[in-house]
Amino acid sequence: MNAANIPLDHLMLLSCMIFVIGLAGVMMRRNVLYILMSLEIVLNAVCLAFVSAGAHWGKADGQIMFMLILSLAAAEVSVGLGLILQIHRKHGTLDVDRLKELQG
Amino acid sequence: MEMFTFYLTSIIILTSILMVVISANAVHSLLYLILSSLAMAVIFFQMGAPFAAALEVIVYAGAIMVLFVFVVMMLNLGQAAVEEERTLMPLGIWRGPALLAALLLAELAFLLFQQPVASLPVAVYAKQVGITLFGPYLLAVELASILLMAGLVGAYHLGRPLLKKSATRTHVRES
Repeated sequence: MNAANIPLDHLMLLSCMIFVIGLAGVMMRRNVLYILMSLEIVLNAVCLAFVSAGAHWGKADGQIMFMLILSLAAAEVSVGLGLILQIHRKHGTLDVDRLKELQG
Repeated sequence: MEMFTFYLTSIIILTSILMVVISANAVHSLLYLILSSLAMAVIFFQMGAPFAAALEVIVYAGAIMVLFVFVVMMLNLGQAAVEEERTLMPLGIWRGPALLAALLLAELAFLLFQQPVASLPVAVYAKQVGITLFGPYLLAVELASILLMAGLVGAYHLGRPLLKKSATRTHVRES
């Protein structure tokens, strides 16, 4: 059990709920900026799952995975936001349905 | 009492990320996103992971969200963007994904409560994290640094033509 005696089940349930809301956001929104924000939520949910599992077994590994995910999120956000700026400059919109250059 | 704060924090996180997903104004959703990462830091702290909580506040709420805020500022989204966002997401369109996501949540919850989980009482501090990080996980640290380097180069490459073009444009306007 972790320091505050929170059951692992409830932490995992919270993490699952956050993950699912973020996933719904990725699927629902059509603005690239919101899709990136929803991806951040999803990564945060995974972080919560790792840290709570690490706290539950009293190991540091969960927090190390959290740090690795954090660096991944930082790299992803910097490249993604650069792409968003380029898309906005080239097309004048952030609507993914109107970006059809990759369509065959 | 600890349990009460945990559940209150979870409610705050869930409502704030729901507002991130629903809101039509980019700045409002960013503020909710910052709120959600702060609440997440509270939960980390409560669980006995103070180092992770500090990193969550410093890196997520401090650095990544500032990047988002700067990009929203550069995009200069106004009232027109809010209206456009409303037309982009009419009420009916999200029903299918939302239903599927709710089904997935029910499935995950069902699987989670199937078997009981064993328990141990400890809190993990920064010292232990550091010892493990630079011991068995040293290769992972190197890989993360390479990833960050790649992110840096990528962001610079993507941002550079933008800077050059806008610089020449202002130059032309001046002359």
